[in-house]
Amino acid sequence: MAESTIHVDIVSAEGEIFSGPARMVFVPASQGEIGIAPRHAPLLTMLKSGEVRVQTPDGQEQYFFVGGGALEIQPRKVTVLADTALRAKDVDEAAALAAKQRAEEALKGKIDKLEQAEALAELTRAAAQLKMLEKLRKIRR
Amino acid sequence: MPGTKEIRSKIASVKSTQKITKAMEMVAASKMRRAQDRMKLARPYAEKIRTVIGHLNAVNPEYKHPFLVTREPKNVGIIVVSSDRGLCGALNTNVFKSTLGLMKEWQGKGANVSLCLIGSKGLAFFRRLGLPILASVTGLGDHPHVKDLLGTIKVMLDAYRDGQLDRVFLVNATFVNTMTQKPEAQQLLPVETLDAGDLQERWDYIYEPSAIEILDGVLMRYIESQVYRGAVESVACEMAARMVAMKAASDNAGNLIGELQLVYNKARQAAITKELAEIVGGAAAV
Repeated sequence: MAESTIHVDIVSAEGEIFSGPARMVFVPASQGEIGIAPRHAPLLTMLKSGEVRVQTPDGQEQYFFVGGGALEIQPRKVTVLADTALRAKDVDEAAALAAKQRAEEALKGKIDKLEQAEALAELTRAAAQLKMLEKLRKIRR
Repeated sequence: MPGTKEIRSKIASVKSTQKITKAMEMVAASKMRRAQDRMKLARPYAEKIRTVIGHLNAVNPEYKHPFLVTREPKNVGIIVVSSDRGLCGALNTNVFKSTLGLMKEWQGKGANVSLCLIGSKGLAFFRRLGLPILASVTGLGDHPHVKDLLGTIKVMLDAYRDGQLDRVFLVNATFVNTMTQKPEAQQLLPVETLDAGDLQERWDYIYEPSAIEILDGVLMRYIESQVYRGAVESVACEMAARMVAMKAASDNAGNLIGELQLVYNKARQAAITKELAEIVGGAAAV
């Protein structure tokens, strides 16, 4: 019997999204949408953001959104490595800039809230200790 | 009755502290379970991407991507994953210690070390060393997302691509079991040779648009997934360490309460005895 299904794995870094057989899979490849039928030629490509459509053997269609990623096709297996986040060059660039800025701010000594709370706690402790010392001194006199 | 009142209020205060530590312990336990699940969920992606890279490598060995080429280590970048909050035992200290060890090792070989910090505890600690910090991200919470890490990772990847870094390491706590978390350093760049182990059949792929571009995209995602794994694992470790630390704190509070109760009972007994003696003495005088 000719194989009429192809195994599809859709995985992202944060979890497995879909795994199972399919009659046909449609993915938004970087050069245009492609449809993958069983026994497709081996192919490696990048994905654009868009919709992955999986036709399950019982004739139903399932839709998954991917933010981009990579696609590997082997004759009996399709692997979609999906990105969880929308990827675009300028978005990545902005994120990188923000990360750099945070580091610089930290080096300059801008204290973030958490540390401020810590410092405050330390301060109250020190104040309490001082009070205690003063009392002790008074008693001794 | 001097003393008894103070002891009573002390017992009440220890009891309320114990309530808090107990609650924290239980919260950490449930969060740990969820973090462990996320660790498991991240595994298939990392494995799949590893095999794809293995395939790519095996199919065109003549092309060497910069991420795969080993250069003279003059500049070393270390990504340190720590927690955002404290009260989790020696977890962060251990990670910092192992990072310092790694830094010393490379500085001993004459390399410059720069850092990339994930988590505010690490930022607070390494800021004092005066080493260049290339990027940092804090406040990831209990459920780190890949998208929050991308910027930080990109800074390191770009620095590596431009030749400002020759090695990139990732240091994070790894989850052995609930009681033990071990800090571990792992080399991210250059990517150590991945075996194409389960490559039984060799295909010549059709590449769209080109093998080089795909390798670039896939390698980048591979490194991102590694850092993400580190961040998720670190959360699981933080929760496990906090759970253990808080359990110890609750137990200590229990012991303390027991001791204080004993002291309190003695003081109360003494007061009663004294009062009785006074009454008896007073009666005798009359």
